[in-house]
Amino acid sequence: MDESLSFFLSIAPTLLAAVPVTLTLTFFSALIGNSLAVPVAVASLSPNPLLRYPSAFYIFVMRGTPLLAQTYLIYYGLGELLPGTWVQKSFLWPYLRDGFWYAIFAFSLNTAGYTGEILRGAIMAVPKGEIEAARAYGFSKGLIFWRVTLPRAIQICLPTMTGETILLLKATSLASLITVWEVMGTARQIQKVTFRVYEPLIAAGLLYIIMVFVLTRLMIIVERRINRHRLAPV
Amino acid sequence: MDTTLKVEDLHKRFGAVEVLKGVSLEARTGDVIAMIGSSGSGKSTLLRCINLLEIPNSGRVTVNGELIRMKPLPDGTAKPEDMKQVERIRSKLAMVFQSFNLWSHRTILENVIEAPIHVLGVPRKEAIERAEALLAKVGIAEKRNFYPNHLSGGQQQRAAIARALAMEPSVLLFDEPTSALDPELVGEVLQVMRKLAEEGRTMLVVTHEMGFARDVASEIVFLHKGQIEEKGAPREVLSAPKSERLKQFLSSTRH
Repeated sequence: MDESLSFFLSIAPTLLAAVPVTLTLTFFSALIGNSLAVPVAVASLSPNPLLRYPSAFYIFVMRGTPLLAQTYLIYYGLGELLPGTWVQKSFLWPYLRDGFWYAIFAFSLNTAGYTGEILRGAIMAVPKGEIEAARAYGFSKGLIFWRVTLPRAIQICLPTMTGETILLLKATSLASLITVWEVMGTARQIQKVTFRVYEPLIAAGLLYIIMVFVLTRLMIIVERRINRHRLAPV
Repeated sequence: MDTTLKVEDLHKRFGAVEVLKGVSLEARTGDVIAMIGSSGSGKSTLLRCINLLEIPNSGRVTVNGELIRMKPLPDGTAKPEDMKQVERIRSKLAMVFQSFNLWSHRTILENVIEAPIHVLGVPRKEAIERAEALLAKVGIAEKRNFYPNHLSGGQQQRAAIARALAMEPSVLLFDEPTSALDPELVGEVLQVMRKLAEEGRTMLVVTHEMGFARDVASEIVFLHKGQIEEKGAPREVLSAPKSERLKQFLSSTRH
């Protein structure tokens, strides 16, 4: 037992050092993915079939295929296409050799598909009367969307989006398969080096639980703030 | 006096049902027109055609002398020629809804300053000052930082009236403003509306409140099956109705 504890302590610094990688992966993927979800949702609700069908297809593919397959396709696929093109000579190249950016790219696209569908439902659930009031007061279409529809829709789907973000945090462990040494990848490396199977996994699991716990608490604070109109008056 | 609002030969069809069969109406500055009629008579549709929440199939709406330009479509409907014009005219026709339709994600004050700032381009500081005065006027100044859901129906409707007044509109359109309220809350809203009428505001009110129509309106319009069956000064219309339909309607609403 003592020996186990000291082993945990010995691998702790290495694992903890990987926590920022997991968190930045989650943060940027959530930020970019949720932002992209807005045009995806809007397009999927458009009366124009040239917007609606591509968006529906995008959502269908992103939700219908494994994230790992998407990640591999983007990492190896783009990794094969890009060298030899102008991109290799551009300032972007140092970044594009790093799996980290491919991981964010893949996770963002995937999140955009999932959240896009959630947001689509939320936009449809915005009370018609509130949109009508905006029309009656001379709001343009764009103004209605940014000032009424979108903020109301985000309120409606925020709890679901919190759940998605937690799933995303755990899904970032897939980045280890394209050479990004986040928490899970680091744990696997420790396994290989130390020939210990369980301790690195347990330690990584504990770290994920703590991260999810903190993230959940943060999101509850955000939800309280954004949905304060539903709570009792102060 | 000037004609603020002029409606000419308005037709509106929903599918095969013709809801408005050629309605004409004129409001001069300071007029308070009460529109009465049983449900399905087309009075709400008429109101919603005036600010183009519903697009009339044909007819003309003129606000402050400016005709809303419409383009007839081959399928018998029509559409506005210029949405910018419609938006500009809508901002002069503030509407008060039956179910308030306040923006529930914004506080009462934010509800009142929203359209002045974003549609009319009023500076924020000025909009807030005006909003506070209006909230005081409708008697809910102390609720400025509350969200709509935290207010009673009567308070919400008064906030909605403040939101309408903040546009400094040429015409106030009321679409059954007290129909969704508990009976004991109707009075406070009617009182505010009475005050507005006394100030000489031009109002078009779809209502079932016969007492209000009798005391406050300058003209009563009785709609039946999409047409104006009878109109005139409240006392004449209510005490000596000419048409059989209006007699029936009045006897069924007077208890």
